[in-house]
Amino acid sequence: MKKQQTGQPMNRVDGRLKVTGGAKYFADHQPADMQYAALVCSTISCGAIAGINATKALRAPGVVDVVSHLNAPPVPGYKKTTPGNKNGLQIFRDNRIYSNGQPVAIVVANTLERAVYAASLVEVQYNQETHYTNMEASMDKAFQNNRMKDYSRGEINAWQKAPVTHSAQYTIPLEVHNPMELAGIIAHWTTPDNLTLYAKTQGVKSVQETIQELFEIPEQNITVHSRFVGGAFGMALRVWPLEIATILAAKKIRKPVKLVITREQMFTLVGYRPNSSQKISMGATPDGKLTGITHEAVAITSPYEDFTEGIVAMTKFMYDCPNVNTRYQLVPLNMSTPIWMRGPGEATGSFALESAIDELSYKLKIDPLQLRILNHADTDPERNLPFSSKYLKEAYQIGAEKIGWSSRNPVPRSMQENGMLVGYGMSSGTFGAYRGKATVSAILKSDGTLTLQSAAADIGPGTATAMVQIAADVTGITPDKITFMLGESTFPYAPEQGGSATVSTVGSAVSDVCHALLKELANLAISQVPAFKQTTPELIIYEDGQLITADRQTKITHEALLQQQKLPEVKVTATSQGGDERKKYSMYSFSVHFAKVHVHPATGVVRIQHIVSVADAGAIVNTKTARSQMIGGVVGGIGMALTEEAILDHRFGRFINNNYADYHVPVNADTPPTDVYFVNKKDPHINPMGSKGLGEIALIGFAAAVSNAVFHATGIRVRDLPITPDKLLHIASTENATT
Amino acid sequence: MNPFSYVRPNSLKAAIEAMARDHSARFIAGGTNLLDLMKNGVALPEKLIDINQLPLREIRQDGNTLHIGALVLNSDLAAHDLVKTQHPLLSEALLAGASQQLRNMATVGGNMMQRTRCSYFYDTSMPCNKRQPNSGCGATGGINRMHAIFGASDNCIAVHPSDMCVALAALDATVLVAGPKGERRIPFTDFHRLPGNTPQLDNNLAKNELITAVEIPPHPFTKHTCYLKVRDRASYAFALVSVAVAMDISDNVIRNVRIAMGGVAHKPWRLPDAEKALTGKTPTSDNFRLAANIAIQGAKTYAHNGFKKELAFNSIQTALLKAATA
Repeated sequence: MKKQQTGQPMNRVDGRLKVTGGAKYFADHQPADMQYAALVCSTISCGAIAGINATKALRAPGVVDVVSHLNAPPVPGYKKTTPGNKNGLQIFRDNRIYSNGQPVAIVVANTLERAVYAASLVEVQYNQETHYTNMEASMDKAFQNNRMKDYSRGEINAWQKAPVTHSAQYTIPLEVHNPMELAGIIAHWTTPDNLTLYAKTQGVKSVQETIQELFEIPEQNITVHSRFVGGAFGMALRVWPLEIATILAAKKIRKPVKLVITREQMFTLVGYRPNSSQKISMGATPDGKLTGITHEAVAITSPYEDFTEGIVAMTKFMYDCPNVNTRYQLVPLNMSTPIWMRGPGEATGSFALESAIDELSYKLKIDPLQLRILNHADTDPERNLPFSSKYLKEAYQIGAEKIGWSSRNPVPRSMQENGMLVGYGMSSGTFGAYRGKATVSAILKSDGTLTLQSAAADIGPGTATAMVQIAADVTGITPDKITFMLGESTFPYAPEQGGSATVSTVGSAVSDVCHALLKELANLAISQVPAFKQTTPELIIYEDGQLITADRQTKITHEALLQQQKLPEVKVTATSQGGDERKKYSMYSFSVHFAKVHVHPATGVVRIQHIVSVADAGAIVNTKTARSQMIGGVVGGIGMALTEEAILDHRFGRFINNNYADYHVPVNADTPPTDVYFVNKKDPHINPMGSKGLGEIALIGFAAAVSNAVFHATGIRVRDLPITPDKLLHIASTENATT
Repeated sequence: MNPFSYVRPNSLKAAIEAMARDHSARFIAGGTNLLDLMKNGVALPEKLIDINQLPLREIRQDGNTLHIGALVLNSDLAAHDLVKTQHPLLSEALLAGASQQLRNMATVGGNMMQRTRCSYFYDTSMPCNKRQPNSGCGATGGINRMHAIFGASDNCIAVHPSDMCVALAALDATVLVAGPKGERRIPFTDFHRLPGNTPQLDNNLAKNELITAVEIPPHPFTKHTCYLKVRDRASYAFALVSVAVAMDISDNVIRNVRIAMGGVAHKPWRLPDAEKALTGKTPTSDNFRLAANIAIQGAKTYAHNGFKKELAFNSIQTALLKAATA
C-alpha cells in the first residue's frame, strides 16, 4: 500500500535552502552593472512640490541620476486616466503630495551608501496645504462606495427592543505588516521594451499584469522572478509606487537598478491595516438567544483610493440571529493606501464582535462559550445556504477541554496565581474558504522525476511542500522525486497568495494536472505496452512511480515506459477551478482561540500564559507547516492584542514610532506555549483535497480572546487596542496593589 | 549617513588627541546607538575614532571597589561572577536592557553615552531642541507617552533610556574619565544632566573627554535587590517606568536603602527623600506606600504620560516588596 502523503508533517522541501542561505530573495540577485537607488520622501502631508534642487546630490560621488516628476520617463498607462481621479498614487506623474512619506524622487548611484547619502542632499521645496490624518477629527468626510453598501436582514436596530442589550465602541489603531524582509525591487530593462524584475511579491502574474497596463508592452516581454519571499502578510499583494519609481529610474539610466526601502519607509509605502472604529450593539432574550445585532464600522483610506475589506462580514453570518444590520464607511485621509493585513477586515471585525459577545455574556450571566453555542448558526443566515462543512462546535469543545475552561471561575477578578490576576478568555474567528482558478504544468522526465510549475507564490506557509504532498498522493510518485516550482511569471497562471486560498486553488490544479498526467501515461501504456492492452486508465494502479495492472501481475515504471517509447518527457498542463458548488454552499473556515493570561495587579502588565487555538480548516495537507502557520497567526494576534500600534503625530502627519524598537512586534518572550489543534475533517465540497484556508483564521478572533481574558482577570474591559499596561493601571487603585 | 573618516588609535592618549584635532569627531565603541543616529542623519560626524583597541576591557577588584573598564560589554558585565555576587542589581538591570544581540555589542561607556529615544530627536524633519537647539520641543505638545515626569524643562521632556545607568545611580558608582588635562572622577548621579536650557547636553563630560571606567564602592546590597522594568513588550522595549531597589535589612529593620528610577527623567532618577523615609523603618507595605508617595511628589505629567505617576507609585511599592522578600 502506498503511504498517504497529505496529512503528514513533512519537512519543508526548501527548508534547507532557507536556513543555509541558499534561498535567493529578490535583493540577493546581482545583474551585471547594477546600480543602487534610495528614495527621497515627502516631509509634508498635503500640498505640492514647488521645486527640487538636485544639484548637490548630482555632484556627490558615484551618483548617476536623480529622477522625479520633473524628468521621469513617461508612463504610457497614466494617459488613460485623469490625474487626481482615484487612480492610486501615480508616482512622478505630477507634483501633488497626498501623504507624508510619499516618494518625491529616486536617487541612483553606483553603491548603496552613495545613493543614500546623495538622497540626503536633495533639497525639496513644498507649497504646503492643510492635511487631515486624524480619523476621529475627520468623521464629516466619511463616505460609502458601492463595495460597502449597508446590509440588513429582518428588522433594523432590533437590538434596541431586546430585554438584555449591550452596545459599545471598539477601536483598533493602525498596524503595519512589518515582515522581516524589506520591500523593494530590482528592475532591468534588457531592451527598450523588455523588462526583467526581481520582485518581492505575493503574485508574479499580477505584477506582470500591472506593468503591462502601465508600460504598454506585451506580457511576454515582462519577466518577473520571485521564488522566495521573506514574509509579507499582505503588503506584497500589489505593485507599489516605489516599484514603479525603480522601473522608471532603470528605464532612464538604461541599467539595472535595485531599491530596498528602509524600515521607516515600510510604514508609508507598502500599506497597513487601517485604523478603525466600530460600534457593535446587540440584544438578546434573558435566556441568551440573540435577537438583533447592529455593526457600524469606520476605517481610513487614502485620498486617491478606496480601500475596503470585510470588517462587517463576520457579523452577517456568524450567529443565528434574525435581525442584523451593518454599515461600513471610509474616511479619506492624507495617508497612503491601506492593504489587506493578515486576517484582513475580519480580524478587525472579529475583535468588536467577539468582545461584544463576551460582554453580553456577563450581562446575561451565561458562560461566553455557552452563549456562542446557543447562537450557533447551523446554516448560513446571510445567504440561506448550508455550510459546505462546519465543525465549529467540535473546535469549541477541543479548545475548552485543552485550556481547562471548566475549571475557570466565571466571576471576573476571582482567580489568582503567584500574586498575578488570572483570566481565561475565548473567541472565535472565520474567513471565507475560497477556490480560484490556476494552471499547473506537470513534466514527467524519463528519469522518473516529476516537476510541477505554476506562477504561485510562497510568502512562508510552505506552498511547494504542500503541493508536493498533493502530487505524491495523486501520482503515487514519492515526494523526493517531485519538485514544485513557483514564483516565475513564465510559469502557467496562478493568482496571488492571499485570502488563504493557495492550497485550495493551486492544490486543486496540482491534483487535476496529476490526474491528467496519469491518464496520459495510462493511454501510453495501453497503446504501447502489450500487458496493458486490455485495461483502461481507471483500472490501473499507480504506486511508487509505476503503473500496475489491476491483477497486480504486471508493472511498468514511469522511467521504463518513457524510455521504451524514447520519450525524454511527458508534459501535461491543466487549468482548474471550481464548479457551481459555491452557489449551493457557503464555504468558510473557522477558528477558536482560548487564552489564559496573567495580569500584574500593580503594573497592569499582561503576560499570556497559555494559548490553545483550534482550526476547522478541512483536511490538513501538512500538519507541521499548518501548525507553524497557526502559531505565526497567533503571534500576529498577540501583537494586535497587546503591543502593536503605529502612532501618528497629527500636527505633522508623521509616524513617531516607525522602527522595530518603538513599533512593538511581539518577541519570543511575549509568546507563551501555544497548542494548536485541527478538527482535520474533509470539506466534501470545496476541492479535491477537502482543504479549507488556514492563514487568516489563525489570527482572526485572537485579539478578542486576549481582551476577554484580560477582562476576566481584572474586571476591566479594554475596547481600544493594544492592551498596554497603562490601560489597566486603575485596577490597582480599586484594591491594595501589593497583596 | 554622511561620508566620514575613520581612525583606530592604540592608546588612550592617541584617542584623546585624535578627538582634539577634529571638532565633529565622535568616539565609537559598540556603535549600537551611534550608527542608528548616523543613519537617521541625527549625528553627522566627519570622523569616527574607534576606541575598541584601548585597554579598557578589564573587570577587577580594587580593594573593596569593583573597577569596570569602559569597553566591557554589557553581556559580559551582566554575566560576571563579581557582579552577580556583589552587585546583583546591576546584573539584573543590564539583562533588562535591549536584546542579547545588542548587549553583545554595547559597552559600559557607550551605554552611558546613549542618547534619548525620543521620536522627535530621531526625526530630522521634526522640531527638537536637543538635536537642533531653539527649534522647539516636538514632544511637549506632541506624543509624549514615553516622556519624563521629573526634572523636565519647557525645552525638553526626553528621558534617558538606559537600564544599566539606573542601577549604577542607585549603587553610588563613580565615573572615571580621561581628557587632555588628565583624569577626573565624577559621581555617577552627577554624570547625566537635567535638560534645563541646554537639552543638547546629555551629560557633564567635557568635549575631548573619554570615559575610561566605572567604579562601584562596597555596599551591603547583595540580597535584597530588585530591578523592576515595566514595558510594553516582554523584551526589547524601553521602560515605561523602571525601579532599581537595593536594601540592607537586618532584624526586620531597613538599615540602608537605595531607590532609583528609569524612564521618568532626563537622567537616572534617584529618590533620596524616599530613601530617607525608609531608613530605620520596618519593611512593611504601609511604609513602602509612604515612600512611594514621597517619591512621586513633584511629578509633572503631559497629555499622554499621565499614567506614569500612578505607574511609578505602584512600581516603587512592588519593587520594594520584591526586594524585601528576596
